[in-house]
Amino acid sequence: MSDLEMAATTELGTHAADTPPAGATPPPKTRSLAADAWYDLRRNWIFWVAAALVVLVILMAVVPGLFSGADPTACNTRRQFAGPSGGAILGYDFQGCDVFSRTVHGARASVLVGLFAVLLTGVIGLVFGMLAGYFGGWLDALLSRVVDVVLGIPLLLAAIVLSKRLAADRQGSGIATVVIVLGILGWTTAARVMRSSVLTARSQDYVAAARMLGAGPLRIMWRHILPNALAPFIVVLTITLGTFIATEATLSFLNIGLRPPAISWGIDIATAGKHVREAAMPLIAPSLFLTLTVLAFIMLGDAIRDAFDPKLRR
Amino acid sequence: MTYQYPSHGQGQGYGQGSGQGQSYGHGYPDSPTAPVVAGWNDDRTGWDTPTAAWSTPPTRARVERPRSGEHLLDVRDLWIEFATRDGVARVVNGVSFHVDPGETLAILGESGSGKSVTAQAVLGILDTPPAVVRSGQALFSGEDLLTMTPERRRQVRGQEIAMVFQDALSALNPVYPVGWQITEALRSRRGVSKAEARRRAVEMMDLVQIPAAAQRIDDYPHQFSGGMRQRVMIAMALAMRPKVLIADEPTTALDVTVQAQIMDLLATLRAELEMALILITHDLGVVADVADRITVMYAGRVVEHADVHTLYGAPAHPYTRGLLASVPRLERRGQGLHSISGTPPNPVAIPAGCAFHPRCPYAQQMCRMTEPTLLRIGRLDRASACHFPPEALDARHA
Amino acid sequence: MPVMPEPILRVENAVKHFPITRGVVVPRKIGAVKAVDGVSFDLRPGETLGLVGESGCGKSTLAKLLMRLESPTAGRAFLKGHDLFRMRAGDLRRLRRSMQMVMQDPYTSLNPRMTVADIVGEPFEIHPDAAPPGNRDRAVRELLEQVGLSPEHANRYPHQFSGGQRQRIGIARALALRPEVIICDEPVSALDVSVQAQVVNLLERLQDELGLAYIFIAHDLSVVRHISDRIAVMYLGRIVETGTADQVYLRPTHPYTQALLSAVPVPDPTARARRQIIRLSGDVPSPADPPSGCRFRTRCWKAQPRCASEEPPLSQRAVDPHPSACHYAELHQVIA
Repeated sequence: MSDLEMAATTELGTHAADTPPAGATPPPKTRSLAADAWYDLRRNWIFWVAAALVVLVILMAVVPGLFSGADPTACNTRRQFAGPSGGAILGYDFQGCDVFSRTVHGARASVLVGLFAVLLTGVIGLVFGMLAGYFGGWLDALLSRVVDVVLGIPLLLAAIVLSKRLAADRQGSGIATVVIVLGILGWTTAARVMRSSVLTARSQDYVAAARMLGAGPLRIMWRHILPNALAPFIVVLTITLGTFIATEATLSFLNIGLRPPAISWGIDIATAGKHVREAAMPLIAPSLFLTLTVLAFIMLGDAIRDAFDPKLRR
Repeated sequence: MTYQYPSHGQGQGYGQGSGQGQSYGHGYPDSPTAPVVAGWNDDRTGWDTPTAAWSTPPTRARVERPRSGEHLLDVRDLWIEFATRDGVARVVNGVSFHVDPGETLAILGESGSGKSVTAQAVLGILDTPPAVVRSGQALFSGEDLLTMTPERRRQVRGQEIAMVFQDALSALNPVYPVGWQITEALRSRRGVSKAEARRRAVEMMDLVQIPAAAQRIDDYPHQFSGGMRQRVMIAMALAMRPKVLIADEPTTALDVTVQAQIMDLLATLRAELEMALILITHDLGVVADVADRITVMYAGRVVEHADVHTLYGAPAHPYTRGLLASVPRLERRGQGLHSISGTPPNPVAIPAGCAFHPRCPYAQQMCRMTEPTLLRIGRLDRASACHFPPEALDARHA
Repeated sequence: MPVMPEPILRVENAVKHFPITRGVVVPRKIGAVKAVDGVSFDLRPGETLGLVGESGCGKSTLAKLLMRLESPTAGRAFLKGHDLFRMRAGDLRRLRRSMQMVMQDPYTSLNPRMTVADIVGEPFEIHPDAAPPGNRDRAVRELLEQVGLSPEHANRYPHQFSGGQRQRIGIARALALRPEVIICDEPVSALDVSVQAQVVNLLERLQDELGLAYIFIAHDLSVVRHISDRIAVMYLGRIVETGTADQVYLRPTHPYTQALLSAVPVPDPTARARRQIIRLSGDVPSPADPPSGCRFRTRCWKAQPRCASEEPPLSQRAVDPHPSACHYAELHQVIA
């Protein structure tokens, strides 16, 4: 062996020399995939618009007083369809209520229904998706059929039946009823997405590596599959949250969702729709807020999906 | 074309003690430290930049080459960048090479060396953005592929220059029969009739030695084995009788026995059809079997180019030397493989000076400071981008 | 010849058939892919057995069988005297400490959401009794140093490392439980040439230091030659030839081995004229329907009627004292 060959060799003892990655590259800081996604999100203006809108809606839901001092229930028919005045910058509706105040206060019902329904959906979808995807076989076949059956139920029809049945034993606004209706009918998409990303994660080599180390199913599901399967699931839930808010408004509009005295965009849209010839603002304001809120959640979900999609990344 | 191999081509294996400079035969004066005039004054290319000694700070000035159209495909000083989250990735940094009809040029490099991006740029299939071609030319018969109109480029691509990819399964459309895919371009561009297209498809499949071509013409890609799919893709690429065929790792996904068949086929077709073949690969074994000339890339730069016998017999650049030494050989059962320390650089942070210096056993202070230019060695079409001539490298460890 | 030590792993007639089923509601078996079809071999402590063959020959399935990632159809595999194939979950878990695997793809074999410290330390979490006394972090740091990585990088994520470095992380994880056998399934084929050599050297050094036995699976015959003491050549689920590295490479008697060796590209352009590549006709037959008799006969240039009717056993042939499964075994030197 020539000296030259020796020189071209780095013997084993000096491996430490190659540990700083790529020679002169400044060593990168610890950076998780989530941090990378956050880096992408920060540079996406759609994310910021959506996030700002979402924060605004949540603020309205939590502290409506911040936006409107007027009492949305302090109505006076003498002010019916009156124009903007004083605090009521959008004027008054059919019953003489402050349109702006009602719209601001309507956010709470929408956000509450959306959040709780999505939580319910998330829990059902996560459990179904994880079990079906991880264990496969007959369990997967069974759970998938359940999903198919639930998917086959028309939402409106089931909502009418369920809300009639549930509302019978219940007084009040009907928030719980709407949440249950949405939750038990709306989880199928989330479960399907979870199942397919669990299937993908389960076939990865690192899961095989954990199995070879002797890891049990719980550890594999919790440590290895869940963190890698969660991103698309969260995206779907975010988008679902938007659609749930729209559905709540639809149900309320059809008089099978929330009921007065609850304040909801859906109820207001329904009422204002009948009198749109007299005054458009009572219809426009809640419609606009509803549209923006739904859009904001869907855009947020899209932005997160893009940030987590490795294919868009170099 | 025929190519003159240097006289020392007989088994002058690297590592068997090539000793003093005489084995290189051409061009070098006796003393390794004497200034060597080895600029780009190759008559063939018409470059003329006298670069004096090894100590001269290299310049990256673009060199005008007056005569054009001398080579079939002539890529000159190509620079390509990618915008990434971590900064600008300098993927191709001043790459030049050329091919002539009937010749096989191998572009050899590891992952991240920029070899595939170079090919994609030449073919005009590079996604821009994120890629940006900063400068350079890719002259095909004197016409610049990089600046021509998209319509013209589409004409050239496929008809004049075609490409074969590594993964035939994903390069073929699963929902169409192979015969249909092979002649798709013929039908859409040349308006060949259906019956004629069928005849041509069988002809092409015969050409790439697919057995029972007439029976298999209506089969779908998944009905073929890996090697046969690769043949289908070659047939597809050759349907328009291109003058240049670029093969990007054409055998990497295949088994050794099939690998040999495909390389054979490519070599035969190149000779029969008088094509220029550009073989992009990381596999030193495959290259040795078929290439006429080799361009070695590292960190987006050409670090060495030479004819195949010189490159294997007397590699000049420390990277090429290390690479050759680290290949395990069938006939040698060694005690420890020779390895190059470290990892290829990140294109976002290419080391200053010579990009190879952090991994180079010969690196000196100047290697950290100044980037070596690709300097001609001897009279042949042979060059190395190292501050030190091969004799100096040999002497350093004598 | 020195006295052979007892094998640490003895595989007897391992079989894995994947059923081919039709029908969604009531699946019924219509056939089987015979991925591994009766493979036997011994592995002695501290030695390396190279397993070579082309894609689809069953070498990776065999690795999965031994790691019990797939359940075997038949056969036995004794690891330190315990039958891996007939072991219940609890016992298997304990036995896994003695045998680990390094996987092919360093990009998918590490969980992207765990730090290097978590990945290398996970074996200790699964087997708390195997964790070294005292500080677990220190054990992780020592493992990283052992494979040539800087312990400072312990809280980085896998995607911040190059392929070669990731493969080192995978090796550190496999070493954590101090196994005696490591199955290396194509451990360097996804790596660059210049990095391949580093990892091969590392594996050899670890073998010397820790007395590991390797089953080294690869399609690159040069790498296998380099690292292996003994070689087994597989074709369509069976071993067709086995022996010491020199026997198989220098004195191959099975036509398939000869064809395989002749096709290996040689990084030497001057060898072009000298090389004689044995061209095999046709493709590898489907493992769902392997040929009768000798499985290689459909592509063999020496095939006789006898090859179709009578399956050649893997036994010593007159020409050279190593087992070869060919009726007409003869020496044919391929490597100069």
